[in-house]
Amino acid sequence: MPDGLPVPVTVERIKQETPSVRTFFFDTSFTFTPGQFMMVWVPGTDEIPMALSSENSITVQNVGEATAAIFTINKGGKLGIRGPFGNGFSKAEKFLAIAGGVGAAPLLPLARSDCVMTLLLGARTESELLFVDQLDECTDVLIATDDGSLGSRGFVTQLMDDLNLGAYDRIAVCGPEVMMRAVLGKVDEKGIAHKTEFSLHRYMKCGVGVCGSCCIDPSGLRVCRDGPVFTGDKLLKSEFGYYMRDASGRKKNI
Amino acid sequence: MVSIRPGRMIIGGVTLENHLLLAAGILGTTGASLSRMLTLGAGGVVTKSIGPEPKEGHAGPCLVVLEDGLLNAMGLPNPSKDFVDELLPLSKKPVVASIFGGTPDEFATVAGWFAGKVAGFELNLSCPHAEGYGAAIGSDPALVEACTRAVSRSGVPTWVKLTPNVTDITTIGKAAERGGASAIVAINTVKAMRISTAMRRPVLGNRFGGLSGNAVFPVAVRCVYELYDAVKIPIIGCGGIATADNVVEMMMAGARAVEIGSAVQADVTVFEKIRGKLYAKDGLDPDEIVGCAHA
Repeated sequence: MPDGLPVPVTVERIKQETPSVRTFFFDTSFTFTPGQFMMVWVPGTDEIPMALSSENSITVQNVGEATAAIFTINKGGKLGIRGPFGNGFSKAEKFLAIAGGVGAAPLLPLARSDCVMTLLLGARTESELLFVDQLDECTDVLIATDDGSLGSRGFVTQLMDDLNLGAYDRIAVCGPEVMMRAVLGKVDEKGIAHKTEFSLHRYMKCGVGVCGSCCIDPSGLRVCRDGPVFTGDKLLKSEFGYYMRDASGRKKNI
Repeated sequence: MVSIRPGRMIIGGVTLENHLLLAAGILGTTGASLSRMLTLGAGGVVTKSIGPEPKEGHAGPCLVVLEDGLLNAMGLPNPSKDFVDELLPLSKKPVVASIFGGTPDEFATVAGWFAGKVAGFELNLSCPHAEGYGAAIGSDPALVEACTRAVSRSGVPTWVKLTPNVTDITTIGKAAERGGASAIVAINTVKAMRISTAMRRPVLGNRFGGLSGNAVFPVAVRCVYELYDAVKIPIIGCGGIATADNVVEMMMAGARAVEIGSAVQADVTVFEKIRGKLYAKDGLDPDEIVGCAHA
């Protein structure tokens, strides 16, 4: 196997998607399965796991030190990319996709691969809805906002109640963990947790399944290698939705 | 291919299910992960190194996968005392707590948290990239002896993991033996660096790191061979072991058991795979091959 040093990429274009989210387009494309992730090196700051939103872009919400550093990058700036890593979403023909906030990023390439029949898109408010136009081009989009500024008022999970969930082969979910846990509760009630795929986010150091910083309780499965996509049956009696570990390995409640 | 007889054994005061331990720093951050590795065939597990204060570790990149090994600088991230709770479901299992400190007193303090809750300790006197810890102490024979004594006097089996980044590893091994070590683990990673030519800077966030995996196996075999001639306590071989034949080679150099780490990156079921090839009911008595390359 050749050396897996970070691949240097140059930022060619930056798009402001929402007030807190930007997409950074690279000069280099990657072959990947939707749901896989990359380790993104911001030289001098840190390296963090991120989903690709297309073969040559990451879509970033400014939430911490590393993402803030990415936001200071201008056209021509450099990042280092390791990956793709992890398993990605499964292959199916009729997906229902459920996206909350920046969780729409890994679901956009899934929708573009023409296998998503319906996508439920949620955000706090209209201006924070991500990829509305791009998603609308490739699938049926139903919208919910917490404040009712666009679409249904309330959580994206409520939109599930109006759908015949049996019409889909698989359900793909990515968003804040509280929202995903609510989805898990619903699909478990209907007995379809095993065909619902959740994309998890955990603190990671290595990204390749050796350091153990992203292991989940009680299975000990590695989010970076055995995931980041897990079916709901593997998450039912787990830490998912309750707690995660920080960089030191200490538990913190969600 | 040489095969050996299976069976439980006591190495350095610790009862192991087989000769293959999970090395420190690999999938050892949570109790659940350590349990999984025991289920996947490890004969014992060594935890992530635990220190006197919680540490978040170095900024990334913390690890890169190279053609022939792994280069890492995690920076001893650990939850400190909180880790005691992680191990509660693992009581009575072959769990060795890797611990570190900056002074003999700190080693004794951390060991005190785990006394009675683990099968033994492994002193990290060898991490090559943590200021004031690990190899910073582990290359000084007097400090190695003092830190070892601070833990071994408790009576709990005390293994000492050595750094290869010294001129003569046997002086450090002898110091650990004088300090009351029950076994020596050799080796930790080899201090190393890679530079991203595109970025014109070292790849690791910490700049320096440690090399493990296939690339360091010959270094590890040499160190175990030298230590076997220098100390009487058992040696546990570590460094680039990925196959049953590597295990046999390490045992012939003088190791009584081995630790496996980087090979988990290619295959998390590596313990089962090695066990399948290493053991046979009509295999040799392990005592026949330990150190046989010295004849």
